[in-house]
Amino acid sequence: MSIIKITNVSKSYATVKALKDITLSVERGELFGLIGPDGAGKTTLMRILTTLLLPDKGSAQVCELDVVNYYRKVRNILGYMPGQFSLYQDLSVEENLKFFAGVFGTTIEENYHLIEDVYKMLEPFKNRPAGKLSGGMKQKLALSCALIHKPEVLILDEPTTGVDAVSRKEFWGLLRKLKAEGITILVSTAYMDEASLCDRVALIQKGEILGVNKPEQFAKEYPYRLFSIEHPDVTLKLNEVRGFNSCKGAYLFGGVLHFSSINNNETPEGIINQLNGIGISNPIVKSIDAGIEDCFIQMMES
Amino acid sequence: MVHNRFRDFLVKEFKHIIRDPRTLLIVILMPVLQLIIFGYVVSNEISDARIAIYDKSNDYLSQKLTQKLAASGYFLPVRNIKTDAEIDQAFKAGDVKLVIVYEPNFAENFIRNNKADVQIITDASEPNTASILANYAQAVITTFTNEQNNNGISANRLDIRSRMLYNEELKAVYMFVPGTMVLILMLITAMMTSISITREKELGTMEILLVSPLRPSQIIFGKVLPYVSLAFFNTIVILLMGYTVFGLPLRGSLALLLLVCFIFILLALSLGILISTLSKTQAIAMFMSMFALMLPTILLSGFIFPIENMPKVLQWLSLAMPPRWFLSALKTIMIKGEGFAYVWKEIAIMLGMTAFFLALSVKKFKVRLE
Amino acid sequence: MANSKNDIVIEVKDLVKRFGSFVADDHLTFNVYKGEIFGFLGANGAGKTTAIRMLCGLLQPTSGDVKVAGFDAYTQSNLIKANIGYMSQKFSLYNDLSVWENIRFFGGIYGLWGKELKYRADELINNLQMNDSRDVLISSLPLGWRQRLSFAVSMIHKPPIVFLDEPTGGVDPIARRQFWEMINEVAASGTTVFVTTHYMDEAEYCHRVAILVDGKMVALNTPANLKKEYSASSMNEVFISLARQGQRVE
Repeated sequence: MSIIKITNVSKSYATVKALKDITLSVERGELFGLIGPDGAGKTTLMRILTTLLLPDKGSAQVCELDVVNYYRKVRNILGYMPGQFSLYQDLSVEENLKFFAGVFGTTIEENYHLIEDVYKMLEPFKNRPAGKLSGGMKQKLALSCALIHKPEVLILDEPTTGVDAVSRKEFWGLLRKLKAEGITILVSTAYMDEASLCDRVALIQKGEILGVNKPEQFAKEYPYRLFSIEHPDVTLKLNEVRGFNSCKGAYLFGGVLHFSSINNNETPEGIINQLNGIGISNPIVKSIDAGIEDCFIQMMES
Repeated sequence: MVHNRFRDFLVKEFKHIIRDPRTLLIVILMPVLQLIIFGYVVSNEISDARIAIYDKSNDYLSQKLTQKLAASGYFLPVRNIKTDAEIDQAFKAGDVKLVIVYEPNFAENFIRNNKADVQIITDASEPNTASILANYAQAVITTFTNEQNNNGISANRLDIRSRMLYNEELKAVYMFVPGTMVLILMLITAMMTSISITREKELGTMEILLVSPLRPSQIIFGKVLPYVSLAFFNTIVILLMGYTVFGLPLRGSLALLLLVCFIFILLALSLGILISTLSKTQAIAMFMSMFALMLPTILLSGFIFPIENMPKVLQWLSLAMPPRWFLSALKTIMIKGEGFAYVWKEIAIMLGMTAFFLALSVKKFKVRLE
Repeated sequence: MANSKNDIVIEVKDLVKRFGSFVADDHLTFNVYKGEIFGFLGANGAGKTTAIRMLCGLLQPTSGDVKVAGFDAYTQSNLIKANIGYMSQKFSLYNDLSVWENIRFFGGIYGLWGKELKYRADELINNLQMNDSRDVLISSLPLGWRQRLSFAVSMIHKPPIVFLDEPTGGVDPIARRQFWEMINEVAASGTTVFVTTHYMDEAEYCHRVAILVDGKMVALNTPANLKKEYSASSMNEVFISLARQGQRVE
């Protein structure tokens, strides 16, 4: 039985359709990623699950409890970390944690094993006001606060936005440990590269789910042949490259161009020949596997 | 357990207040400063106030008193009036603030009948100035009477009849102390609570609180309770200062006075909660408190402009202003010294308003974000 | 790219900025060339913002030499400001003004008016293919469009250098690539693009990157060379192995 079940949920604000008929389920013990750009509807979906918003249509259950009718019970089993959650800036690390423990009717000691890893990182700063922590530390404190009452399901709205690479890596390490403790985690992010850190991901764009799969499975199901093209001048000849007969799409990945071909028999040599034709000599062309961003782009275009 | 949660919440709120020493200092010092400023502005006006003399007697005693008034330094006789009609003209022309009227046969009455009439007429469209001028004139005349009696003619007295033109009831006597109290209480309770609640919305912590097992009522009461105590502290400071520094009388019961203050604090609080449910950001909450609460309080409650002088429409509007009832109750208790029987109406109206605003906010306060 | 002495547009030598005893930037030395996309990377608190403020003439250095577009940061900060473009993620355009109103306002700030402003504005709108959106409020534009418009507006006065402070983030993968294609075009036409970011995948798009850790520059090279040097598959990994040395917290 799925621990989170979303069935045909739609939600509109004044002029925007934030969610269009979303159906999605998360299994117990999963680390599930909701991946999409700003404005895709990630926050709206999470707020419906955390009982903070009512869906216009459809229904959602957490632990088989309807989020509309049983919102009080649902609130007790959820741990939630909102997107712009920045804690009480004027309270110290320890005071913040104590306060949220108190609010949920528990103490830091009671569930210390859950937050131990995070809290050890925070301990040197425990008397520092939360407002004076770095972005990464704030996120860790926020995570501790969301965990303090030992929730069954943890819902994290863009926890790594604005956090530097090192802290992001640490944060994901913490999430994996929590998953090992048996906590189901639903996490949203706009960073495509974080997809590979999840058990399963849903790609979401403009209120619609583009696809749900294991991250590596997305790549396997990529429908086109994909090549990387390296050459200093290629970034300025995108229009010519996009004019190639077999070209499905050509997008920059840093200094490298990813070229997807609708020709199943396409070879690097064939592409090199065509590139020579537009004045690009000695390019490096390799056949590559699709990454999650290639998949996202492909799904956006189809 | 539930009780425990609430206590944790309260502790957190007090910490917020203490950790922001600048705001705390302002909140504590503001009433004191405001009182001093008001007091200074009011007392500063009394020096060489231009007065007119309407001496129907024109004898040695009336002239002596006029000289005495002039010598006091407070008054500067600039005009002699000959007819009743001239009194009005003098005020309308705006060149005098006070008229002294001696009855005919002033000295004769004083000595023969042991009693003479002197009338003080002031322009009470500036009520604070008028009342202070009248008080000063009374003081000078009383001293004068005593001096005359010490000269061997005993037990004679001057009957001083003080009359405030244009604002007969003299609503504004000592009004700046209660007025300051209204402003401060409104500011601290309504504005500060609405800001502190909306701050949680802005921080995103409100989302967590809503998702937690805390009940909305616990959140609200936890938020307002610290400000109730702060506001009550301020009330006491203002009352003490009014009593000791400005000689504000307290003729009625202190307990009743504090009760009325407490009810007004609740009323202001309910307004603050209502504002917080209507606004999403601290800036909006501040704006709403300023324009929806402060300005009407200052303009329509009778604090600065006497209600009697307002156009009818504004008079009706002032009935809906919570501070109006508070001011009225304060005056009744402190200055007139009346008991509960005379303020029950005000108390009932304030309680009614509180209930109304609270009901409205409970209806508006969402257990969700929308 | 010809990296000759004449093509240097930003010249920084032993740049130091102290705040009391705190050394925000510690002896930075680097050159940026004409037409280069130069990435300035670091965690929050590494000293990026302080450095970019000095380069833009907003902050006086404590010591060291800084020349931007040929002007000295100590004595000619006003000339620097007139000769650079600046775009940040936090503030770029006024949401409650239309596309055209924003262009007119920012053009006005840089001394464009009358026919010239109109000509530049039309050119800009044409290039962005936003002719139909001239009178649309910024708030109702998709995020990706806003980003490209705000980049174009930051260059309305055709500066030789444009600074991008955390420019993308949060947009969809296609919009992000459209943005970088635009940056590539601009750089190819000779404008230097100076990008600060802590998103390491942005770094992949730069010609060269400098990495700051605790106020010190710990690496300066092309992304490809850095990845080779640290045997990493992405700039993210390069950054993590470099930043591990850092202690400083914002």
